[in-house]
Amino acid sequence: MDGVLPAPSFAPMNTLELARLQFGVTTVFHFIFVPMSIGLAAWVAYCQTRYHRSGDEVYLRMTRFWGKFMLLSIAIGVVTGIVQEFQFGMNWSQYSRYVGDIFGAPLAMEGLAAFFLESTFVGLWIFGWNRLSPRVHLATIWLTAFGTVLSAYFILAANSWMQHPVGYTINHVTHRAELKSIFAVLGNSTVLLAFPHTVFGALVTGGMLVLGISAFGLLRGRNTDVFSRSARTVLPLTLVAAIATGAFGHAQGTLMEKQQPMKMAAAEALYTTTKGASLSVFAVGPFERHPKRLNTDIRIPHLLSIIGTASWNGQVKGINQINAEEKAKYGPGDYVPIVGVTYWTFRLMAGAGVLLVLLALLGLLLMRRARLEQARWFQRAAIAGAALPVVANLTGWIFTEMGRQPWVVYGLLKTSQANSPLVGSGSLIITLLGYTLLYGVLLIVGGRLFLREIKHGPESEPVRDDSEEPGGKPGGAPREDLILAY
Amino acid sequence: MHDPNFLQTLWFALIGVLWIGYFVLEGFDFGVGMLIRALGRDETDKRMIIHTIGPVWDGNEVWLLTAGGATFAAFPGWYASLFSGFYLALFLILAALIVRGVSFEFWGKEDSPRWRATWEWTAVVGSLLAALLWGVGWADIVHGVPMNAAHNVTASLWDLLHPYALLGGLTTLSLFLAHGAIFLSLRTRGEIVARARAVALGASVASVVLMGAFLLWTALDQNSGGVKVSQQVVAAGAAGLAAAVPLLLRRARDGWAFGLSAGAIALLFASLFVGLFPNALPASSAHANDLTLVAASSTHYTQTVMTVVAVIFVPIVLLYQGWTYWVFRHRLGRDDFEGTPTPIAVLSSLGREGASAAAHERPLPPPAEPPATA
Repeated sequence: MDGVLPAPSFAPMNTLELARLQFGVTTVFHFIFVPMSIGLAAWVAYCQTRYHRSGDEVYLRMTRFWGKFMLLSIAIGVVTGIVQEFQFGMNWSQYSRYVGDIFGAPLAMEGLAAFFLESTFVGLWIFGWNRLSPRVHLATIWLTAFGTVLSAYFILAANSWMQHPVGYTINHVTHRAELKSIFAVLGNSTVLLAFPHTVFGALVTGGMLVLGISAFGLLRGRNTDVFSRSARTVLPLTLVAAIATGAFGHAQGTLMEKQQPMKMAAAEALYTTTKGASLSVFAVGPFERHPKRLNTDIRIPHLLSIIGTASWNGQVKGINQINAEEKAKYGPGDYVPIVGVTYWTFRLMAGAGVLLVLLALLGLLLMRRARLEQARWFQRAAIAGAALPVVANLTGWIFTEMGRQPWVVYGLLKTSQANSPLVGSGSLIITLLGYTLLYGVLLIVGGRLFLREIKHGPESEPVRDDSEEPGGKPGGAPREDLILAY
Repeated sequence: MHDPNFLQTLWFALIGVLWIGYFVLEGFDFGVGMLIRALGRDETDKRMIIHTIGPVWDGNEVWLLTAGGATFAAFPGWYASLFSGFYLALFLILAALIVRGVSFEFWGKEDSPRWRATWEWTAVVGSLLAALLWGVGWADIVHGVPMNAAHNVTASLWDLLHPYALLGGLTTLSLFLAHGAIFLSLRTRGEIVARARAVALGASVASVVLMGAFLLWTALDQNSGGVKVSQQVVAAGAAGLAAAVPLLLRRARDGWAFGLSAGAIALLFASLFVGLFPNALPASSAHANDLTLVAASSTHYTQTVMTVVAVIFVPIVLLYQGWTYWVFRHRLGRDDFEGTPTPIAVLSSLGREGASAAAHERPLPPPAEPPATA
């Protein structure tokens, strides 16, 4: 029911699609900043620990410089996260009623155990530098970092239940799913792989941001001590994290074959069940839901069977067969996600991941030959490389959510049965525009502050006199690098 | 209809406590947000004002998130009906919260008067709108909203803005304004204290009148039948505490005034929760459609699990959040912000010897009043 506007006829979209689009916009935007916050919090905690142990000023300047980026991304992540806590009820009231008994618990745990920890201790970290003892202050950043990771666990446990429901029964009186075992939900095989995959991916995101910004600093030849140390420290960590992300991702794929075979078949755009299946690397078809033919299709023989079944001629199930099986199991309907989306998001994610590993390897190689600070081509590549994890995070997320369609909870509840029945297109359009506008401003302002900090760089010398700016106003003009607090 | 069982009652109470915690804590930072421009005469004042809530506002907001999450876990039906039913109103609140949150973050990050003025205004408007709309929303919940048999709210945004609800909104607005002004008078020193106290006095007098009227209307309005004595006792307590606040302020007993103001906010919402019980969301259209706690509830098992989690984590959270307030208990003065000793400057000077002397908040001569009970 929309009191504000008579629902305009938004021809190409019904309310369900609008609800999905609006939800997708807010979630995806939020998810730009979440992995950044997780990765950077861990990195800042690491830098501060090194400083605490060694007393080396460079680590202190690193802590403070990278801390600014962490705080900016946490700030935007936190404010956009407020929306997410309510979105399930707002857009998906039928879903909330159906799964609330199970899905609500990890969400509430996330608030109690993780959000409080993260937001309280990040406040203490920002404002507590001279108020807390160095040891306690160091603990505050670790608790912040721990809070971000814990939060990831709970929300991924909730999401994994949507991918692979466990530990529940269906109450046939209320027609709702009911929790039977919280340990089954928190120990779901799906989350046990999704969690390390996502958190390692977040570490790569933070690591590549550090590497990219450091490369920019090295290119400009300023504060090279901070940037060189940062790049050298972060490179091996990022490489390990990137390889781990890929390894867990592969394990996820194998598990998904069993749990959500349709998603994997759709990721490969494999329609017919094939033995010795080849892997499609690059395919383009006409822009339609189920393209009947492909304009381009480059394939590597047998590779899909090797990856999927670890044998040369292993059989890989195709979309058509799985669709027929699901029809038999769940009743008539179309159980195929939009294959163009799953195929390409999967490729972008995996492709970005492969590039990231190669980039980190190259960097390490240069580092061992002591040429990291001279190789300008690599520095340029590293700057561009900072965007790769973001691409991988977002496409990976879109893949996992859109690949589950038409289900919102796999095998239990369809997305078409999940929305809020009385939230009309007027409300959805208003909020879609509202969030887009608001988040657009956040992106522009946040991006501008981000770039300014990059340009400004870390404090060059810790002994620099920073007492008064010339011509300072009463109260003192804020120095350019005063970004940590207000 | 059967009554809520023990766990359902417990979780209703706990969710009430989370909302009360949210309003008592975020209430003052709404007030501080609204007062940035009114009480801040120049940039130094404004920086000081923002700094009084700097370390804590984000943590305060988590009370809201946790209230939302706890509602989802313990009463999914309530979570679903409430947030889909109050769709646009909640959107406005969320937008206001986002805007004010980033305002504090962005304000000091560029050195231009226009930049700062922009984020001051967004902080003022965001804080004001949120403070108003929370009261409107809770008045609507207590009053009931038109709802169908499937517990889907059929009200539009305009249906939520009737006079009773608006009175509720003005009540929370004035309460939070006073609460924030008292907080400022406690957390600052110098001439700003007197100005903050004057605003607090005016706002608290207004809040007594508005809250009195709102609670009276609530007592008459309860269309769920007979007057609940317990609710009226709590409401009278809220009114009594609120009435004492201006008296204390006139005697410059800011610490006591803050404690009582917090108590008034807490009891106001407690009275609303008592009035709501055993409903989660009454239907103003037909009582048969009332969403009861029993109908909205999750299973006994889920509530048991959540009880265990809450018993473990709530005390820990209270402990470390309380500790944060203890760490940042000192008053701020203009001299803390003159020159450039903002926390960042302190940060920037960390490596230098003797830099710690430039700490931005220095311990003060003992305050005249007892410390805040926040």
